[in-house]
Amino acid sequence: MLMYDKLFPPKKVALRSGKIVMEKRSRTPLILLLIIVAVVLSVEFTNFNLKVLFVRIGKLFGMIGEMFPPDWAYFPKLWGALVDTLQMSLIGSMIGALLALPIAILASSNVIPNRFVTAFFKIVLSLLRTLPTLVTALIATFIFGLGPTAGVVAILLFTLSYVGKLLYEQIENVDMGPFEAMESIGMTRIQAFRYALFPQVLPSYLSNSLFCFEGNVRYAAILGYVGAGGVGLLIKEDLGWRDYQNVGMIILALVITVYLIETVSEHFRKKLI
Amino acid sequence: MTTIEKQLQAHPRNMRYVLTLSVIIIALFIWSLAAVNLKDIHQSGLNIAQNIITGIMNPDLNLLLSVSKQSVLYLLLETVAIAFLGTIVGAILSVPLAFLAASNIVPKPVAWLIRLLLIFIRTIPALVYGLMFIRVSGPGPFSGVMTIGITSVGMLSKLYVDAIEELDTKVLESMTSIGCTTFEKVRYGILPQLMSLFLSVTIYRFDMNMREASILGLVGAGGIGAPLIFAMNGYKWNQVGAILIGLVFLILIIEWISNKLRTKLVKG
Repeated sequence: MLMYDKLFPPKKVALRSGKIVMEKRSRTPLILLLIIVAVVLSVEFTNFNLKVLFVRIGKLFGMIGEMFPPDWAYFPKLWGALVDTLQMSLIGSMIGALLALPIAILASSNVIPNRFVTAFFKIVLSLLRTLPTLVTALIATFIFGLGPTAGVVAILLFTLSYVGKLLYEQIENVDMGPFEAMESIGMTRIQAFRYALFPQVLPSYLSNSLFCFEGNVRYAAILGYVGAGGVGLLIKEDLGWRDYQNVGMIILALVITVYLIETVSEHFRKKLI
Repeated sequence: MTTIEKQLQAHPRNMRYVLTLSVIIIALFIWSLAAVNLKDIHQSGLNIAQNIITGIMNPDLNLLLSVSKQSVLYLLLETVAIAFLGTIVGAILSVPLAFLAASNIVPKPVAWLIRLLLIFIRTIPALVYGLMFIRVSGPGPFSGVMTIGITSVGMLSKLYVDAIEELDTKVLESMTSIGCTTFEKVRYGILPQLMSLFLSVTIYRFDMNMREASILGLVGAGGIGAPLIFAMNGYKWNQVGAILIGLVFLILIIEWISNKLRTKLVKG
């Protein structure tokens, strides 16, 4: 940025009082130029082609058109997979959120005095969070076999990392006054945490867990693609056989389920905050 | 009665509510336990887990550091390109949709209809778009870009709508009263209010798209996902290790840059 100011010197504006102030040149042109260069490079890299897109985009709408009307007769077959998906995300989110609690405590520098311990758990949490859920699920299928268990493990790990990170950030930003007061009257660190910090972070912890659960239902829907249970397997099969009416039914069922869960969860999250 | 006791009495009593909720949650927990079946673990499962860990600990450095079309570096660059261009496509598509879904701009029924469309777009998993786009534009990174673009639309427009609905209309009224043209009102009244929020949301989505783009290869839509799944299915865990290390490193760097940019945008 210093270079930029040297290349394009700030504009001098003389005020009425005779004082001269500098107005820095706008950075918008530089940022725009950078974005354009990045777009051009990306187009090169990905063979992006507008012409092909315009010629063939009709095919996409054709496929979407074939999804209507959804095939209702398919619903009984879909039901089992949908229940699997729900169970996977429920149990994964619950266990993940519960495990997040002790790990987040271990990662908060204001509760744990040892810096190496907190740094270790922080790194573990951020490494877990960067791994895409589908990759974790795929690795889990090698260990736990094909089926919902692998999906549960993947969702559990993601929830742990997501809720854990938000929770330790919350714990570190909490008002430490009550904690110190309780420690000074002779409570152990654990007791002080339970009565001074925990009530402060509890509402947002529950709210984050609920929010994560909402997202997990969506993730769980695709985990079946790698064999980790749920509707993903059906999506793979039906798209492979070009059975678009069945796909339409799956999507409709998913939209309704996700919408219902979001409504319920939003109701409770509003109550919590 | 002391003040402390009074305060304790004033504390709201909602034991029954909490109890009911706890019972429901425990019931749900037991119901969903059906999804976990630990009997399925193969005898070789632990063995494989050990192989995975040793493989990831000893990554294939040749694959990680060389510079060819199959190397991790090239594939990561392709993944970033897919995520970047996809975010741009998504942002361009989202702006008109967001204005159409904002209830302070268009009539209620229109806004409601577009919102329903957005819910559908948001719920359909990325892999479904990926599989569909492969039939439109052929396997390869191009399909990946379109998939990321459409997937981003759901979240981007929803957050854009929130920003648009919180527009301060008083500014526009005062501009009308001093005789500004429509263009001036958009340029000096609306853009400054929306720009930083839009940018911040878009940068956040780019950060998320990195993760999405890294799995699109599973369906053949380019990026680093395809070599990753080939390596896994071939039990070449040291290659998996090399790819995962590259991926995690890149995602962490992008997340860091994105956080820096967004705090700068918010603080001005």
